[in-house]
Amino acid sequence: MRYTPHTEAERQAMLKAIGVERIEDLFADIPAQVRFPSLDLPEGMSELEAQRLFAALAAENATVATHPCFLGAGAYYHFTPALLTHLLFRGEFYTAYTPYQPEISQGTLQVIFEFQTLVCQLTGMDVANASMYDGSTALAEAALMAVRLTRSRRTRLLISEAVHPEYRDVVATYSQGMDIELVPIPFDRRNGTTDVEAVRAALNEHTAALIVQYPNFFGQIEPLGQLGELIHGVGGHFVVSADPVALGLLKPPGDFGADIVTAEGQSLGIPLMYGGPYVGLFATRMKHVRQMPGRVAGQTVDIEGRRGFVLTLQAREQHIRREKATSNICTNEALIATAVTIYLSAVGRHGLRQVANLCYHKAHYLAQRLTALDGYELAFEGPFVREFAVRTPVPPAELNRYLWETHGIIGGYDLERAYPELKNHWLLTATEMNARADIDRLVEAVAGYPGSPAPSR
Amino acid sequence: MPNTYGFVPREPLIFEHSVPGRRGVELPPLDVPEAELPPEEYLRDELPLPEVSETDVVRHFTRLSQLNFAVDIGFYPLGSCTMKYNPKVNDAIANLAGFLHLHPYQDETTVQGILRLMYELQAWLGEIAGLPAVTLQPSAGAHGELTGVLIIHAYHTSKGRRRHVILVPDSAHGTNPATVAMVGYRTVSIPTGADGNMDLDALKAALNEDVAGLMITNPSTLGLFEEHILEVAEAIHSVDGLIYMDGANMNAMVGVAKPGDLGMDILHYNLHKTFSVPHGGGGPGAGATAVRADLARFLPVPVVAKEGDRYYLDYDRPESIGRVRAFYGNVNNMVRGYVYMRMLGREGLEDMSRTAVLNANYIRVQLQDLYDLPYDRICKHEVVFSGKRQAKKGVRTLDIAKRLIDFGIHPPTIYFPLIVEEALMIEPTETESKATLDHFIAVMRRIAEEAEIDPDTVRSAPHVTPVRRLDEARAARRPVLRWTPEGAS
Repeated sequence: MRYTPHTEAERQAMLKAIGVERIEDLFADIPAQVRFPSLDLPEGMSELEAQRLFAALAAENATVATHPCFLGAGAYYHFTPALLTHLLFRGEFYTAYTPYQPEISQGTLQVIFEFQTLVCQLTGMDVANASMYDGSTALAEAALMAVRLTRSRRTRLLISEAVHPEYRDVVATYSQGMDIELVPIPFDRRNGTTDVEAVRAALNEHTAALIVQYPNFFGQIEPLGQLGELIHGVGGHFVVSADPVALGLLKPPGDFGADIVTAEGQSLGIPLMYGGPYVGLFATRMKHVRQMPGRVAGQTVDIEGRRGFVLTLQAREQHIRREKATSNICTNEALIATAVTIYLSAVGRHGLRQVANLCYHKAHYLAQRLTALDGYELAFEGPFVREFAVRTPVPPAELNRYLWETHGIIGGYDLERAYPELKNHWLLTATEMNARADIDRLVEAVAGYPGSPAPSR
Repeated sequence: MPNTYGFVPREPLIFEHSVPGRRGVELPPLDVPEAELPPEEYLRDELPLPEVSETDVVRHFTRLSQLNFAVDIGFYPLGSCTMKYNPKVNDAIANLAGFLHLHPYQDETTVQGILRLMYELQAWLGEIAGLPAVTLQPSAGAHGELTGVLIIHAYHTSKGRRRHVILVPDSAHGTNPATVAMVGYRTVSIPTGADGNMDLDALKAALNEDVAGLMITNPSTLGLFEEHILEVAEAIHSVDGLIYMDGANMNAMVGVAKPGDLGMDILHYNLHKTFSVPHGGGGPGAGATAVRADLARFLPVPVVAKEGDRYYLDYDRPESIGRVRAFYGNVNNMVRGYVYMRMLGREGLEDMSRTAVLNANYIRVQLQDLYDLPYDRICKHEVVFSGKRQAKKGVRTLDIAKRLIDFGIHPPTIYFPLIVEEALMIEPTETESKATLDHFIAVMRRIAEEAEIDPDTVRSAPHVTPVRRLDEARAARRPVLRWTPEGAS
């Protein structure tokens, strides 16, 4: 298949107009010894053949749509209303690019403005950008921004080990070329939240920021009030990576004085897609806006006085400021931000609370049923929202394999993968997609695991 | 106020449609016993999201979409962005349940299909680049740049040294120097010579043992192939520096020359440009990065690998720069790009780049008598004119761009590259017909004529758009970056 529409006659006419005989003559500027290499690739195919080839590849994957899934750990299976897909795939949104020409991009610009507003409403912050790549890079950019906010006089960053392990890796990757000191803060083994005493001990006048997750990687709710006071006490900044669905229920980080709030937006109606594309949410205080990375849309008027939207405050960005820019980001996740905007509009105030509540009660039902089994108990004390860790009498990896092979159930996340000290700890989640029957099936399957230790009673 | 605009699209903010108590999409009722909620001090009082009906939502976003221009509507020759047609089959396949509903932490045995797709895509990108080791993790071009410069950093660190400088030509995208800064390097800018190539003498003069590498865009942002690329590579390698090639312009290069053969060490692709992933109003993209075989050890973890007939995620890479994002990248966009590559195949991909270059040169020869051509030679996939002849008459490049809108054409990239006065950067892409190109040429010729005889019409353009020129100074001076109930207008 080709998407080059010229007929042979048209090609010849164009070559003649240019004044060359063959199309190859347009490449005389390429060194002859490397020009037109042979590509060791197969020939193309028609759309029908492609549909068949890729349908076969897709069929080699087991989906969470057809198998009960209790995996979360930073990516969650949620309901996507039909209208979302329908609206998102309108070519006017989908095949446009960055709104450099506002007169013919008001659709995208207004969506960005609405997205920024929704992110502020959800997080309790003043201002948000037009999106980052995902939750992890949003957090890494927040870490770099926190250092900039101190005019790079402070370069010490405290990061809780209860932050998603892959997010911590990304923060480390982003800061490796800079003179930044990353100080890991352990979590409290009793309640699974950031160890407040360890924070207190690690704070000093060089500390630029404290970075925590809310609820954290284990699903536990961090004491944001206390943590915020501690970091502000030494004049540092408070950076919170939040779960947007939990914010349907929980006090937003803005209420606790957070300086920067980031989030992975995937939970807001975006399919799992094996990890991407997702969308990073990024919000901060108005007084910090000039250090914020990424694009931002603002409201203005046209020459006839009508309201309109434009990209603004671009003096922070790479195409204007080059090496002095707040980030190198250019292309972001605009379409996924559009999806989030449609989702939050469609479910609205009532619906997001409902989603959060469904997650909360289903996760607690799962936890309560599972911990009624011998040898299974909650790993941590204190409240959680939609995700929790349980101690298991057998290795979670074996349990997951058994659940998949004998019951077709996709189990939980084996915490030992990222926390060697958390052997036999299993991270599970439930959302509105897990019907009670699926939860019951999981618990019964676990109860029937032949490797379970004999009941102690 | 009743709407008096008829079918001229004009749309309030979603928040202005909100009515307390109105509901949109309903979720199912709770089917498990209620648990006790966390203590009051954890819970939020209000959730200030909009309250609208499903009909409101569908009409709101449909109307908003109608305020946009897009590739599906018309010609979009936005230089450097490769706004080619996006085949619908890419999306049909990417939306198969077997690609859409996969959790990134599913056991590898349950996702062999997607892992195989990613593995094969790595191989195709490696073959086209002549750089065999590929990571698919970067989310966009600039993210690929960051990955590449971190690899340069890791390379020198592995040799036990710290260097401080990266050379960047003055024609480069802003992302290049911004990336250099993010990895703690200093940018030294290399000027462009009168022939549009990087100034080789200036490059050699800037070389020393503190130079970690060079970032180069080839073809350059002038749309010109760097004719001394082999000498440039030799010079950088003479101080054991690495060359990072910005692949923004790979649409000119597929089957034309392999960057690896040109002496490039690292290359990022923009799958959304070269391989037709829709641009989505500004993203998401996908920024795969390819490197020389001996640099493979520095790639981000994990890399998709194969053992026997089993595909898996390889995390055992001790010299890796680490992750550049969570999970494995914009996987669903990899599906789109790979579908495009498979459908075109070898011959189709070769035809793609050759035709892109044909189209750009056709525009070049048809407009060079009316618009100033700063570098008069064969171009690659895009052509850069200067509007300085028109500017002398008081019609600036911005005005020409806005006037194009009146003829249903998206303006080219303007005022970039920075080294061309009043720049107009035109990238037609290979998917446009001769008829479309001829229409564009005719319109550009007419605007040149208007600049002479009726400049006011050009300066006051656009005339038939939902809004007219917007006050950008006001937006920046008094930033209104979100809606608030108090500020409702």
